[in-house]
Amino acid sequence: MTTSTTTPAGSAIAPRRRRADDVAGLGTVRAGIFVAPALILIGIFLLFPAVWTIWLGMTDYRLTGLQAASPEFVGLDNYVEALTDPSFWNSLWLTLIFVLFSGIIGQTFIGFGLAWSVRNIHGWTKGLIEGLVLAAWVIPASVASFLWLVLLDRRSGTINGLLGTEGTAWLIDHPMQSIIIFNIWVGTAFSMQLFSSALSAVPPSQIESAKMVGASGWQQLRDVIVPNIKGHILTNTLLITLWTFNTFTPYLVTAGGPNGKTEILSVYIYETAIPGGQLGLGAAISLIMLLINLVIALAYVRVSKGRNKR
Amino acid sequence: MIHHSKRRALTAFAVATAGALVFAGCSGEAPEASEDTGPVTLTITANAIAGGKNAAEADWFQDWVIPEFEAAMEADGKDVTVEFEPQGVDDENYKTKIALDLQSGEGADIIGMDGIWVGEFAEAGYIKPLAEVGGDSVDSWEGWDQIPDAVQSALSFDDERYGVPQGADGRVLYFNKDLFEQAGLPADWQPESWDDVLDAARDLKKLDGVTPIQLNAGTAMGEATTMQGLLPLLVGTGEQVYEDGKWVGDTDGLNDVLDLYKTIYVDEGLGDAVLQQEAAGRDTSFQLFAANQIGILLEGDYFWRSVINPEEGVGTAPMANRDEVVGYTKIPAMKSGSGINDQDFVSMSGGTGRVLNPNSDHPELAWELLAFMNSADAYEARNAGTLAITPRTDVNDEMLAEDPMLTYVSEEVLPITAYRPPLAAYPQVSTALQQASLDVVSGTSVADAASAYADAAKDIVGDDAVSGG
Repeated sequence: MTTSTTTPAGSAIAPRRRRADDVAGLGTVRAGIFVAPALILIGIFLLFPAVWTIWLGMTDYRLTGLQAASPEFVGLDNYVEALTDPSFWNSLWLTLIFVLFSGIIGQTFIGFGLAWSVRNIHGWTKGLIEGLVLAAWVIPASVASFLWLVLLDRRSGTINGLLGTEGTAWLIDHPMQSIIIFNIWVGTAFSMQLFSSALSAVPPSQIESAKMVGASGWQQLRDVIVPNIKGHILTNTLLITLWTFNTFTPYLVTAGGPNGKTEILSVYIYETAIPGGQLGLGAAISLIMLLINLVIALAYVRVSKGRNKR
Repeated sequence: MIHHSKRRALTAFAVATAGALVFAGCSGEAPEASEDTGPVTLTITANAIAGGKNAAEADWFQDWVIPEFEAAMEADGKDVTVEFEPQGVDDENYKTKIALDLQSGEGADIIGMDGIWVGEFAEAGYIKPLAEVGGDSVDSWEGWDQIPDAVQSALSFDDERYGVPQGADGRVLYFNKDLFEQAGLPADWQPESWDDVLDAARDLKKLDGVTPIQLNAGTAMGEATTMQGLLPLLVGTGEQVYEDGKWVGDTDGLNDVLDLYKTIYVDEGLGDAVLQQEAAGRDTSFQLFAANQIGILLEGDYFWRSVINPEEGVGTAPMANRDEVVGYTKIPAMKSGSGINDQDFVSMSGGTGRVLNPNSDHPELAWELLAFMNSADAYEARNAGTLAITPRTDVNDEMLAEDPMLTYVSEEVLPITAYRPPLAAYPQVSTALQQASLDVVSGTSVADAASAYADAAKDIVGDDAVSGG
């Protein structure tokens, strides 16, 4: 954004002002041509699918059958159906539990804990620990989920072997707990990295002063560290919330089962639209999910703006 | 309307990206030459993959169909290349994939599919009557005379042929003779009622580390639950899933079926309820049966000729001693004479087949290939890998005698079998039935599960089209 209103108007500096408004000197039309490809791409890949989703969400479009050949406009029926369907609310509830425990509590706290415990270690040990945690993040989700299927397998799983809990079907008896731990395992590296860099930016002088007045570890954390990295905590929490809310990877571990017990919103939409064939209803729920996302994203923008101002 | 605007969007996309180097790779191949001389490429897809699911079929494509057809075409002076696009996934995923392919105007020229999908695919306009796609030579094909009408109907919808059936099958009860011996049960077991099956299961329960009976339930295994669990039981109560214009609802028969599930999985623990909820439950049940850990299993002949087939590279859970250890017997009705048509024994049959893709660039040539794949020679080559009941009576008469199990199915089971209704609503009703069995297995009462199912069925087909309460 260019603002040059403070310059007094005058014939001598008028050309310079034009230059400030149109730095490249292209003129509106030519500049328009330059950005057109980008706008067209945005239109095709962002705008069109969004509008398409809205349209689909108002039809009874299905993957197969008569409604696939000639879908009918049903207005807001899909939204009514979704919002009055207990399984939608169940799915939203499961998503909130999943986000709260795996994202906000799990990844944030464990990520911070890891970053905190390695902050004073230097050299190869730190690299090793960070590398191990990062590996979980870098491994493709499909590979990681396969690994977890093997770990948690009822008959010959590693976990059962280690714990001596032969025959425990973790993914059937404790499905939500399983995908929460899975997601913490997958995603903690981000929080750890973010907090690591945040901690390294805390002025050592403040910590030293705190130590000199005899502050305990806990007091240092509460009165020096947290106030210093408050912004990072907010950013991290909001990003993690958004990612966890949208993630589809748990599907690879439990396929939404057993009996819908891990059918978080992204999985619910997939199950409805693709195997269930109800593309119209699926699109409607997608839009509801998009709106929830928008709220989270707006919160993120607000918070980060507030921080910048400060 | 949707297709229309989608095409417009695609055009916009093409215009927007024309000239952009990044997208040059997508711009397609050079237009193909005329059908008379070639070169022409035809593609086949099926849910089969070498070394995995339906491996024998995949091998047959690669080793026989493709080279033989290409050679035959070359002899005619045509340059034809045939490609096989393998898949090795759950049937439900495969169905989704081909539906999306066909919807977007893509897909292989010849597509393998379950007969029960024909209705909904036809209604969606994804597939067309065979003669409409393949031309005049379709109706005059010699093979139709060899394929019984009942078998042809598996790939028909609204009295039109949409594809060529690939075979007939039937469901039986498999049992492990070794385990039966240990439990003091006869090796020539033939139960006369559900109670007989339960009694045998109770005896098997005394053995250590053995699941007495595994009766497919739940949504995780999709259509396998309906076809290899619920429906064979339902016909044993004298009811059909679709009868006299109505779908089964909260009826006595359905309650009896769900009661049996409850007895097996909840009340007496004769089956492993957890297994039925696992994502890979069906494959695991195959592995466990092959490892002598399951006593009784209701499955189709596919289980015998493909899954536990000891021949190298055929089965996914091969049993070296299959012929000695694995017994098979007809599925009894609930009580003697209580089955449909007052039968003592019942079964369900389905059929898979292959359809032509209406989007094919060379539909007539594709038909030539499809007819070639269904010639007597082709089935003989196919059966050299693993014997299956073919749709052609001429081939069956000659070859089935080699395999007592398939002869049994063809002579004893097919005459008493029942078929699923070739209606577009069936797959949705089937899903609701799977859910009902899952509800019972995971602890819901039979009455609640049955009434929840009936509500779901009414949502799908309307209140008037559902029988019972």
